[in-house]
Amino acid sequence: MILFDELGYMLGDPLMQRALLAALLVGVSAPVVGTYLVQRRLALLGDGIGHVALTGVALGWLIGATMGLASADALAVPGAVVAAVVGSALIEVVRRRGRTSGDLALAIMFYGGIAGGVLLIGLAGGSSSNLMAYLFGSISTVTSTDLLLTVVLCAVILLVGLGLRAALFSVSHDEEFATASGLPVWALNMAVAVVAALTVTVAMRVVGLLLVSALMIVPVAIGQLVTHSFRRTMTVASVVGVTVCLVGLSLTYWYDVSPGATIVVLAIAVYAAVALARPLLIRRRPAGDPHPDIPDDVEVATTPAGTRTGTRSGAGDAEECPE
Amino acid sequence: MTSVATAPQASTTAPAPAVEARGVHVHLGASHILRGVDLTVARGEVVALLGANGSGKSTLVRTLVNVLPPSAGTVSILGRPLGSTVPWGDVGYVPQRVSAGTTVPSTAGEVVASGLLHGRRLRLPRGWRARVQDALDLVGLADRAGDATSQLSGGQQQRVLIARALVREPELLVLDEPVAGVDRPSQEAFAATMTRLVGDGLTVLVVLHELGELAPLVTRAVVLRHGRVVHDGAPPRPHGGHDAVGHEHVHPHEPGPLADEHRLTRGPLPGAPGTEARS
Ligand SMILES: Nc1ncnc2c1ncn2[C@@H]1O[C@H](COP(=O)(O)OP(=O)(O)OP(=O)(O)O)[C@@H](O)[C@H]1O
Ligand SMILES: [Mg+2]
Repeated sequence: MILFDELGYMLGDPLMQRALLAALLVGVSAPVVGTYLVQRRLALLGDGIGHVALTGVALGWLIGATMGLASADALAVPGAVVAAVVGSALIEVVRRRGRTSGDLALAIMFYGGIAGGVLLIGLAGGSSSNLMAYLFGSISTVTSTDLLLTVVLCAVILLVGLGLRAALFSVSHDEEFATASGLPVWALNMAVAVVAALTVTVAMRVVGLLLVSALMIVPVAIGQLVTHSFRRTMTVASVVGVTVCLVGLSLTYWYDVSPGATIVVLAIAVYAAVALARPLLIRRRPAGDPHPDIPDDVEVATTPAGTRTGTRSGAGDAEECPE
Repeated sequence: MTSVATAPQASTTAPAPAVEARGVHVHLGASHILRGVDLTVARGEVVALLGANGSGKSTLVRTLVNVLPPSAGTVSILGRPLGSTVPWGDVGYVPQRVSAGTTVPSTAGEVVASGLLHGRRLRLPRGWRARVQDALDLVGLADRAGDATSQLSGGQQQRVLIARALVREPELLVLDEPVAGVDRPSQEAFAATMTRLVGDGLTVLVVLHELGELAPLVTRAVVLRHGRVVHDGAPPRPHGGHDAVGHEHVHPHEPGPLADEHRLTRGPLPGAPGTEARS
């Protein structure tokens, strides 16, 4: 079979091995964090962090150039990590202060991040084209050092994102109740912010800063189309994330297309397919009477016919005036 | 954690009150919502917190569970000053508002399970599934554990929140209109559960508009008006005639937004969620 031969060649290529491993890790991690972001209605936070990370890349570059390092971009990724964490933490602080300004703060991050990045890369003696690899991903150039960093950061992300799932769910689902339970709400919110920042920087190599958020959000959108539970949404999202990352990246081995764009387009295609197929999936559920089988709330006999339909709608029943 | 909390003041014979608030003032934005509230709930009491819409009931209970910071005054819960030393695992809270539907679906079981986390307990304890199932059973939703909360009716969602507060087997329950929108059979079931738990020593502070099924349990009523306590004593009794339970009239056009004590046992304000000034 030619296909298997081709797959064999691909898997035998050390460059491709590193790239696939990075894609695998990012594909699992990004949707885990994305699930929390979507639940807190912060779907765009990843984008905001991505833009700030660009400034971090340029800043790292500038520092590297100033220090006369051999390769100018040696500090680019560390710079991105620092800038992303700081930016994400700032957003979290702003969100806590007042709800309305969170949106604006995010917008300012978008503009400031791009402008700062372009400005700093110029000062570092580079040009905007140096930023392209970070904006659109450069997974084909993943080195062993990069891979090590990816493995470590993904381990941290998964440790926090899965290990603290119940607590992070509680805080993301109902912050007031979490506070009233004495949970360390501030620390948990910060944990999500920091982990989101780390996700952006590891995913930067695979899909690029401009598309990072898609990898965090689109699989979650698919997950919630097909499940009812938070845990399963996260699981489905991760499976989808890994699949599109590996398939998308493999395609670039044979076709000369951008890995990041391919992965994101694949994810969106899966979303569209699932959204279209959803009515079929739903109809296959066993048709049962969803109404609870309990006595009527009111004396139906004394109620004008047609105004009551039993206890189906709990809200308002108790308050209505049984005349 | 549970046993330590009961007698922090060794010199006194009785354990510290479950709730002790002294001169509590709360500002929200520019408004002065609570203006010097004193409230004590002894162990084993069932205290109803009454008052018109906007009188500050929710603000008070949210202050008591450490959600809102008081601008003046002191609060202690189960003998500990408000803060991380309070044994939060012994306090159950049912907020008034069903949290606005989150975007990621969650099942009733998952929401109830989050009630098992408190203080420094950030991971679900062993055997959490059985405890969640028991709590859902208490509110008559045993078969809905796997259903999305967004697909439950408003009253069922309210019952999920009650289960979330009960699942940790609290010593003190703080309930903000727990049965608003809950049908009569479920209210009866809730009252029966409460009766049993109170018999086992549970302390309850409950915000209500009508005592309803809980009337036989309530030992004391505290009435708030304009952010002040205007009554603290015997619960108002339904006075016959059209105020009796089961014969409630709703007068949407009645003048005057502030009810007084005489109207407290009357039918609630039109119950449809959203018509009240929810906090
Ligand atoms: N976040 C807020 N900022 C400013 N004012 C607020 C805020 N939340 C509530 N209020 C005001 O505080 C007052 C008391 O509100 P609270 O929710 O405590 O009333 P309540 O007694 O619980 O009423 P209800 O019976 O409708 O539940 C109201 O006048 C309300 O307008
Ligand atoms: Mg209220």
